[in-house]
Amino acid sequence: MNEAIKDLLYRMADDELIIGHRNSEWTGLGPILEEDIAFSSIAQDQIGHAVANYTLLNEHFGEPVPDVIAFSRNEKEFRCSQFVELPIGDYAFSLMRHFLFDHAESLRYARLSDSSFAPLAALAKKIKGELKYHTLHADLWVKKLGMGTEESHARMQTALNEAFPYALGIFEPSKYEEELVAEKIAIGETALQTEWLDVISPLLQRANLTLPKLPIKERVYGGRQGYHTEYLQPLLDEMTEVYRLDPAATW
Amino acid sequence: MVNLSTPSAASNDRAVFDAPRNDSNHKAFSVLETVMDPEIPTLSVMDLGMITNVAVSDNTVSVRFLPTFVACPATSYIRNNIEEALHHAGFKSVQVDLETEMNWTSARISELGRKKLEAFGLGAPVAIDGVLDFAQIEHVACPHCGSTNTELRSMFGSTLCRSIHYCNDCKQGFERFKPL
Ligand SMILES: [Zn+2]
Repeated sequence: MNEAIKDLLYRMADDELIIGHRNSEWTGLGPILEEDIAFSSIAQDQIGHAVANYTLLNEHFGEPVPDVIAFSRNEKEFRCSQFVELPIGDYAFSLMRHFLFDHAESLRYARLSDSSFAPLAALAKKIKGELKYHTLHADLWVKKLGMGTEESHARMQTALNEAFPYALGIFEPSKYEEELVAEKIAIGETALQTEWLDVISPLLQRANLTLPKLPIKERVYGGRQGYHTEYLQPLLDEMTEVYRLDPAATW
Repeated sequence: MVNLSTPSAASNDRAVFDAPRNDSNHKAFSVLETVMDPEIPTLSVMDLGMITNVAVSDNTVSVRFLPTFVACPATSYIRNNIEEALHHAGFKSVQVDLETEMNWTSARISELGRKKLEAFGLGAPVAIDGVLDFAQIEHVACPHCGSTNTELRSMFGSTLCRSIHYCNDCKQGFERFKPL
């Protein structure tokens, strides 16, 4: 059971750490100042949520302290989905990733607030309220740009087409799936993906965007087993640079 | 003065103040009222509802501390300040534990805290019941003129706990403490 929960926590925390790092790259680059601040704040939340999950790993499963977990593992040991590793692209892509990812997160934490693993349930209750701001923000902008000019609509649709196969990789089941569901730790990735599609579909429709019809084999899996894109290692190098210079630096 | 004996609401998350003030912990409470939030320096940890229990015996004090937003960068700073302030006030042994039995929500901000927020020029959070929706934060009252002819500019302000708004009547931008 412990291995199953550990794997779940690593998957969640690594997703949050990496996407948080990506979103922080918008600092100073956002299309308008408010969006610059929004992406920085979202990144700050995500890195905070990663640390909270690493802290559970440290306190309940004897894993190293959060800084060591975050900065001392090699690429193969990361359990993030490939979706979060992708470069920030244009604003449309980052916004679409934020929309797809944060809706998944929001549902995940809402469900985990009933987890039989009490420390995770307590954390999930805390985080799910904060994520409401992420999804409201994403919904607002997806609608604004989806319904905006011809160009903004076309860019959003392109971003959705590119992001969607990777987004499905968020729900790549792990080998512990049945155990997690049976022990009521989590509802399982398949059930979560169904709920997610139910939530995002009408929102995308409202924004005049079309969810691509995708053959199952085009889902981008692998991240949960340690297979990553060429983009993860350079990101880790950059992220750990500060840590290697000064392991005591706070972040 | 903050009323510390307000009974807890039915829901655990909505508890306002949990620890009744009595002769033995009075001094510790007074100290906690001087520990300020670094981001809103007129608000104490008591005003923000970040303290859920204070127990004192002889020279020992133990405090239960409830952080606000999970990623709030000020959390460990505030926690250190609580410890320091209590040591400084003469408590020989000080223990500050994280409250994990409940969540912080903006409903925990005291009446006095809300008044201080308004005086600081930062609108107090609107009351939300359970799930936040967009309409609740779209046209909030302007802290300068009270008008609700306002619009939300961004859900993310200069700190995690603030949103940015604009008042169409007095033509000023303002920030509000976000409901959670
Ligand atoms: Zn006004």
